[in-house]
Amino acid sequence: MELNAVTIGFAVFTLLTLGGGIGVVTTRNLFQGTIWLMVSLFGVAGYMVLLSAPFLAAVQVLVYIGAIAILITFAVMLTRSVTRIRRRYIRTLPSLIGALVLFIILIAGVTLPVFGGQRPEDAPAVVATTTDFGLALVHENGYVAPFMLASLLLTAAMIGAIFIARDEET
Amino acid sequence: MVPLWMYLAAAAALFSIGVFGALSRRNAVAILMSIELMLNAVNINLVAFWRYGEDGGLLAGYAFTAFVLIVAAAEAAVGLAIIISVYRNRRSVIPEEADALKG
Repeated sequence: MELNAVTIGFAVFTLLTLGGGIGVVTTRNLFQGTIWLMVSLFGVAGYMVLLSAPFLAAVQVLVYIGAIAILITFAVMLTRSVTRIRRRYIRTLPSLIGALVLFIILIAGVTLPVFGGQRPEDAPAVVATTTDFGLALVHENGYVAPFMLASLLLTAAMIGAIFIARDEET
Repeated sequence: MVPLWMYLAAAAALFSIGVFGALSRRNAVAILMSIELMLNAVNINLVAFWRYGEDGGLLAGYAFTAFVLIVAAAEAAVGLAIIISVYRNRRSVIPEEADALKG
């Protein structure tokens, strides 16, 4: 594999994604864990740029880093006084073994042509744009019903979150 | 271009990290963060298969990734609301201690 901008970018984003992920599951301070989560999500947004989906990368940064990570930061700060948690982990060894076994199975599945044959190695040269995605959302064979259900789901989730987190006394 | 299996391998590693965190962390907020990592690994896979595979013109992987993002946002909002509600009632963010419904 030749060394060009795409491979260097892939290496950098892999480092960000996996390093951030390891930071999330190992850090003791959950606030730092949120920062690591942002690093990891940024690496995933970089992957989407490399995969010629810049719209998804922008949405990833806006929704995940801009909204979900901030929401998690709020939750960490609102539940801050629980420093009496002495141990970070329970069931450490079984979880580690399970995750490792899963990782080995997945790596074997994606690298060996045992499960479902060899995958195509060359990507098509023609790539759909954001306009095509917008047209697919409203196309008659497209995603009109999921699109509208998604708006319903977001409304229901917003109302539910407000109702659950509401203070009972007020 | 980077071959497809490298994206899949990176996504597999991220998913395994998320599985370990979701199974082993004690803090409920940390478990939710690990679940976000797993959802992101799935998103990498979906976009990679969309980019490398034959697409029927309806952008299946692309659209599915967008819907996964929407569901993840809803899940994070409701999950964090539940965590804050449990914390207010029981002064704890450890899932094992929220056992009021246990038979």
